[in-house]
Amino acid sequence: MGTPAPAVRAPVWRFRKPGIIPGFRLAMTVTLVWLVVMILVPLSGIFFQSASLGWEKFAALAMDRRTLAALGISFSSAFIAALVNLVFGTLVAWVLVRYRFPGRRVVDALVDLPFALPTAVAGIALTALYAPNGWVGGLLEPLGIRISYTQAGIVLALIFVGLPFVVRTVQPVMEEIDKEVEEASATLGAGRFQTVARVLLPSLTPALLTGFALALARGVGEYGSVIFIAGNIPYASEIAPLLIVIRLEEFNYPAATAIAAMMLAISFSMLLLINWVQARSRKRYGHAV
Amino acid sequence: MPSDTLALGAGIPAPTTEAPWARRALMLAAFGFLALFLALPLASVFTEAFRQGPAAWLAALTEPDALAAMRLTLTVTAIAVPANVVFGVAAAWAIAKFEFRGKALLISLIDLPFSVSPVISGLVYVLLFGSGSLIGPWLAHHGVEILFAVPGIVLATIFVTFPFVARELIPLMQDQGTTEEEAALSLGASGWQTFRRVTLPNIRWGLLYGVLLCTARAMGEFGAVSVVSGHIRGETNTMPLHVEILYNEYNFVAAFAVASLLACLALVTLTVKTLLEIRYGAALAATRKH
Repeated sequence: MGTPAPAVRAPVWRFRKPGIIPGFRLAMTVTLVWLVVMILVPLSGIFFQSASLGWEKFAALAMDRRTLAALGISFSSAFIAALVNLVFGTLVAWVLVRYRFPGRRVVDALVDLPFALPTAVAGIALTALYAPNGWVGGLLEPLGIRISYTQAGIVLALIFVGLPFVVRTVQPVMEEIDKEVEEASATLGAGRFQTVARVLLPSLTPALLTGFALALARGVGEYGSVIFIAGNIPYASEIAPLLIVIRLEEFNYPAATAIAAMMLAISFSMLLLINWVQARSRKRYGHAV
Repeated sequence: MPSDTLALGAGIPAPTTEAPWARRALMLAAFGFLALFLALPLASVFTEAFRQGPAAWLAALTEPDALAAMRLTLTVTAIAVPANVVFGVAAAWAIAKFEFRGKALLISLIDLPFSVSPVISGLVYVLLFGSGSLIGPWLAHHGVEILFAVPGIVLATIFVTFPFVARELIPLMQDQGTTEEEAALSLGASGWQTFRRVTLPNIRWGLLYGVLLCTARAMGEFGAVSVVSGHIRGETNTMPLHVEILYNEYNFVAAFAVASLLACLALVTLTVKTLLEIRYGAALAATRKH
């Protein structure tokens, strides 16, 4: 742990606390120029293009039936996938943190596969696997279960891309859990299930929420892994990012921008909501995470 | 476990762990889930790629369009990654070594590309440089090609991989504090000397880790690049886009052959990442979320 820079009582407003380390101006200039030129200026284009449409035209484009259907499919699929990941991601983290078994390192490394594998590769691999003639899809087909080319396929792909977000957020917090809390709970007569449900899970809540939010945000915007398995049928399995691409190919830039603006607006309000819930749960359960 | 050594009777489970049957059930569920969602897809890439034997696999990889796609992917990565390394080191230096107003906001802005859909990351450049924009017609008039050409692909890749290096270095350098740099400076080292001989050795493994993740994403990016590329075979097709084209032409063996190369890249990334974590775990940031 480094000691903080010597505290200087400055009654005047200062942008930065003084210190002897050089290079602030250079580093800050590089950072801000790069951030503004590469990220903020391009992103503001969505805002200006939407604004230049005027409210009525924007609303007409945003409330288009196909757009609303695509947004509904994107957000509902991402939500379901994030819920599945919440359950199984926590389970995987638990097994990795608490149990010792041969090959644990390999399993632990494998969890990051969705971060490292290009999404297009994941998309065609999942399609090959879950299509009616694939290894798993072939087993499900006689049972009347269809995954590829339906919304279930979208959810499946989003489970794949979202899994590491939940595991990697929950895992470090689980490692930090104090064994004494569990011992105390057991001493006081709680069964193992009670201890897990009423002592351990509440302290993991903020981390679980963060993981859920990250998986959800990633799922909403995901494109590459979804388009191969989804079948892309309008109103049934067409996701919002794909509709943006379709509108762009028609050179219908206003419509593409309107969908993008809606996606960004919904995602950011969702993240704000989750941050708020998280702040509340953190207050309630102490400052885990 | 103390209760184990006391041997409180074989039937009584330790109070701070699950019964053996529950353990087995949980592990089975976790492994089953990981097999269905991670291991089987990975295995299917390779089986599909070699479905018609190694000769067909090799032919798909040495075909001119595939080679052009590999060259383009390497070129784009060779520009995007160093650009984001310079940015990442500068941002981490500013954020970790100094106290200033608005730091939290700056960190959230750096993270912004993580919460933007890749397709939107491509769209913003279409809006910026397309025919309907302010500078689009001017660029077209002067014969500058950005959209549907290599510069657009590079820009979209930089956008998407923007936070990776900075995200890795910021918590690490914040953890390390400023005492060592202050010591070097007070002993008469110049700013650059301090950075090169004190800071850089301290952050090298974290930097390598960030570069690794950044490279993997840069080579594999699909959505953003797909929007700005224009899909011109042999010219503006990166490897992931080449996979898509082959797949949509029902040329599955070739598609999976190129995909298997990208999957190997992912496996190398994961291996190096794991080795770094085992070997230099302490020298890497304690908190990692991406």
